[in-house]
Amino acid sequence: MDNTKRLEMIGITKTYPGTVANDQVALSIRHSEIHALLGENGAGKSTLMKILYGVTKPDTGTIIWNGKEIRLANPADARALGIGMVFQHFSLFETLTVRENIELALGNQAGNSATLATRIRETSEKYGMPLDPDRRIASLSTGEKQRVEIVRCLLLDIQLLILDEPTSVLTPQEVERLFETLRLLSKEGCSILFISHKLHEVTALCESATILRHGKVSGNCEPKQETPASIARMMVGEDTPITHNAKRAIGGADFLQVRQLSTTAADTFEIALKNVNFSVKQGEIVGIAGVAGNGQEELLKALSGEQPYGSESIWFAGTAVDALSPMQRRRLGMAFVPEDRLGRGAVPEMSLAENTLLTSFDSGLLKKGFIHFPSVTKLAKRIIQTYKVKTPNELAAASSLSGGNLQKFIIGREVEQAPKLLIMAHPTWGVDIGAQVAIHNTIFALREQGCAVLVISEDLDELYNICDRLGAICDGQVSPFVATDDLPLAQLGQWMAGDFAADAQEVAA
Amino acid sequence: MIRLEPRPAISGFWTYASPVTAVLLTLITGAFLFAALGQAPLEALHIYFISPIADWYGITELFVKAVPILLCAYGLALCYRAAVWNIGAEGQLLMGGIFASVIAVQFVDSDAWLAMPITMLAGVAGGMVWAGIVAFLKLKMNTNETLSTIMMNYIALNLLLYSVHGPLKDPHGFNFPESALFGDSTLLPILFEGTRLHLGLAFSLLALAATWVFISRSFIGFQIQVMGQDQAAAKMAGFNKTKLVLTVLLICGGLAGLAGAGEVAGPIGQLVPHISPGYGYSAIIVAFLGRLHPVGITLAGLLMALIYMGGEMSQIFLGLPNAITGVFQGLILFFLLSSDVLIRYRIRWASNPMKAGAA
Repeated sequence: MDNTKRLEMIGITKTYPGTVANDQVALSIRHSEIHALLGENGAGKSTLMKILYGVTKPDTGTIIWNGKEIRLANPADARALGIGMVFQHFSLFETLTVRENIELALGNQAGNSATLATRIRETSEKYGMPLDPDRRIASLSTGEKQRVEIVRCLLLDIQLLILDEPTSVLTPQEVERLFETLRLLSKEGCSILFISHKLHEVTALCESATILRHGKVSGNCEPKQETPASIARMMVGEDTPITHNAKRAIGGADFLQVRQLSTTAADTFEIALKNVNFSVKQGEIVGIAGVAGNGQEELLKALSGEQPYGSESIWFAGTAVDALSPMQRRRLGMAFVPEDRLGRGAVPEMSLAENTLLTSFDSGLLKKGFIHFPSVTKLAKRIIQTYKVKTPNELAAASSLSGGNLQKFIIGREVEQAPKLLIMAHPTWGVDIGAQVAIHNTIFALREQGCAVLVISEDLDELYNICDRLGAICDGQVSPFVATDDLPLAQLGQWMAGDFAADAQEVAA
Repeated sequence: MIRLEPRPAISGFWTYASPVTAVLLTLITGAFLFAALGQAPLEALHIYFISPIADWYGITELFVKAVPILLCAYGLALCYRAAVWNIGAEGQLLMGGIFASVIAVQFVDSDAWLAMPITMLAGVAGGMVWAGIVAFLKLKMNTNETLSTIMMNYIALNLLLYSVHGPLKDPHGFNFPESALFGDSTLLPILFEGTRLHLGLAFSLLALAATWVFISRSFIGFQIQVMGQDQAAAKMAGFNKTKLVLTVLLICGGLAGLAGAGEVAGPIGQLVPHISPGYGYSAIIVAFLGRLHPVGITLAGLLMALIYMGGEMSQIFLGLPNAITGVFQGLILFFLLSSDVLIRYRIRWASNPMKAGAA
């Protein structure tokens, strides 16, 4: 029985205007198998999943479920067959309880409403992720919210569970717990499709893998027989460098100091910062790890000046800058790479030249308040060339670039201003491995020039890769900061979960 | 089945083809409309759109009508590029007319050369005050400017009526709700003998050049467009929203106020209850029809002026009600908004997408 196919997708093709998202893709999953679907952003993973879950219809191709060809008109059809999906972005109503959310999402499929609470409790405990059906979603942690989504799938008679990048919102400890649940499920005969780009997780969990590149299947493998490097090779192709040499640095004098920064939350969805203290030296890269929504956004806005707070808690090179606007802080040497590339880092419908002017206006691009277009063009061309931004020319709209290329452009634009302090949020989020290496090398070069670099990221691999010192943020508080090489992952995980009590000196010793 | 499919990128072709399409569709619909009203369609269209500008005097009248519309529309385009939805050019124009009249009636018997410039500046100030109140409400009270500007239009209209019935009423005017006739020193000089075309044309050409340079060459103009397209990016770059919102509103208010001053000290020559047949409102259509670009606006403004004149012509020669002007304005706006869909979407005659899958 174990070798029969649970699912076979054959020759799936889906075209969107301008791109072929899936090109003759084949995917096959056995009973009780944990199967990984790997690929960089834009490789076509999401499209394939939407087709499998009945959200999107393929142009051509066949789906065979337990030996029979099927047609999926909508997600309810998929659920009726026993296909469950946990999306990367939760679709939960914050103000409703766990039970109400599950009942709403499943509709008639939720079964007897009276016994639903009991079933939620039993199912969640059976799989080692206890949930209280009467808690409101707003009071749950991110990890618990994910449990709600998983339990919602498990309440149905499930045969295939799809998880889209489930670990990106979890601490390392929570990831371990999730893996145990998934292994238990698989033992009971449920097949699991695990979508990720974190290779070490895939090698730890999955029995087989399908790798997508540019919308096509570029390989199949057994992850346990492979190394993360060999799988990465299949993901990015032969021509992209995937390793870089990270040297640690010890910085000079403090450039950025944050002293007792506390804020109040403007609304229920904001996190108040509580007595935040840390510093970034010239010539060092400091990282702040943390699960999204723990105050990163608020901290970034306080540092950049987009949301001014309090007084005398943010210092650049010994000067308090709390009262200064973002433009004034830029003039003191701050550069900023926000998380959202399109619609904050760059104006989508403006050209790269105009987007160069967006933040580089002080780099000799203005003459008496008027724009000197030849200089703008020249600088834009230089950024495109130096940072190897793939685009026809500087007149291309920012929205026409891929995520990685736009990020290379934005980082290049900020770096060309020769900043003294570079603040970056999730610098390589959704960026392909080739661009990642280029971006990291740019950051290293900037550090060598004596720039203070602050990186806020959820990607622990990245933080361990590039940061000289590392700390974590949880619920608006920051942990102590210690040298990256003295900080075991387990310790950082506890910090990310808010347990700062574990003695940092002890770890450092 | 017809369906709309998002384009991968904005269509440059349709950005400019859309207003042309809208005008053509308006003409075609107009032909049917005239036919339904029992007129010979082509002849009626000829009377409406050709006869008003068939002679030199007609052409100068076209510009007389276009000047106030254009002054308002150039300023509105700046606001709209900043995503400040100012619907208040009409009120700002009326306030310009009132402020200008307050000064002008002081100079009725004077021949001081300063009379005309001061009257114009008073008009500019009037429009700026009115727009400035909107800026204050928006920036300090977080008021939606679309609503506040519309309300301010009504307040301005009632202030105008109060002025002509009260403080500015001509004491020797037999109790008509009109101000005294302005003195020659206050009136805008006529550019061509025997016509009504006045110095306002020069103001409007200056405004064309100035707003064009401002929006396409100045750094503030760039900041305005960034703010209009992407508030988060403007904030990230550190652009000062207060300053930018204030700038566009004050420029627009000033230009609309100048338009109002130009009307009372130009073709009208005194303050009357009806100094504008909705120029400030039609300027909104003109701004969008002209793609918020000063050159496009100039073409669209001339067309709008023609629609006003055609409305009067069809009243006289076809015996149609003046409402026909509003109908044509509405048609143009309606077809423009419809055609603009094609900038971001394309039409597909879709077959069932699953047919291919079954093959």
